[in-house]
Amino acid sequence: MGLGSGLLLRMQAEKALKQLGLEADLEVADIGTARAVAQTADLIITSEELAAQLGTVKPRIVTITNFIDLGEMVTKLRAAIDRP
Amino acid sequence: MEGPSDGAPLTALLSRRAIRIGAAAADWRAAVRASGEALVASGATDAAYTDEMIRTVEEIGPYIVIAPGIALAHARPSPSVRHAGMSLVTLADPVEFGHKSNDPVRLVIGLAAPDADGHVSALAMLADFLSDDGRRQQLLAATDAMTVHALVAGFEAGGLSDRPRQAADQGKER
Repeated sequence: MGLGSGLLLRMQAEKALKQLGLEADLEVADIGTARAVAQTADLIITSEELAAQLGTVKPRIVTITNFIDLGEMVTKLRAAIDRP
Repeated sequence: MEGPSDGAPLTALLSRRAIRIGAAAADWRAAVRASGEALVASGATDAAYTDEMIRTVEEIGPYIVIAPGIALAHARPSPSVRHAGMSLVTLADPVEFGHKSNDPVRLVIGLAAPDADGHVSALAMLADFLSDDGRRQQLLAATDAMTVHALVAGFEAGGLSDRPRQAADQGKER
């Protein structure tokens, strides 16, 4: 719903992308609209629980355990983007 | 709109009346209820919002445990929200929410938002505050609400230089 955890993830992703020197369009989606939004996304950032509910989608999924740990976000984003 | 704007500082949304120290909670419902009651006490919500917060966890699961030991409880914007507000509850005993990695919960943040972005910068600041182990330990060790509010206010006063960037980020969302 983008007010709590989704909003937090977006803010952390913004900071992490800045550190990595990357630009991206970030969009917060709830589980109901995420599948449709996923059609045009390169990457989905979510929690393990919500990733399971999302099922199989085209983009890569990055799962975050600690939503306030910028280090985790940077490490996992870098790994997902570097992967061929 | 009445009330705090997008850029409302954390201390404007987290009033002293919305801070509870050492709340007794036997399970996750009681823990979320305590954070909802603290929102009611601060005037941010009606009691119905507390039930909506609990229902949200029942529907979507324990994903609200956003970090080790920390739950962020909220529901959708609704008529039970009078104005944007946050509550902060430390629990007397840790509580299991059923989260794979981040249980047990020691700290519940309650969030009430009448719209999607009135609380953006406050939430960002709270996340920054809690991301530091030392600050989190200080908060959990506090024995009264005054101390917690002073910790948050002190951090906010020191972190004001970060505000313009956040304000620019909010502009993008519309």
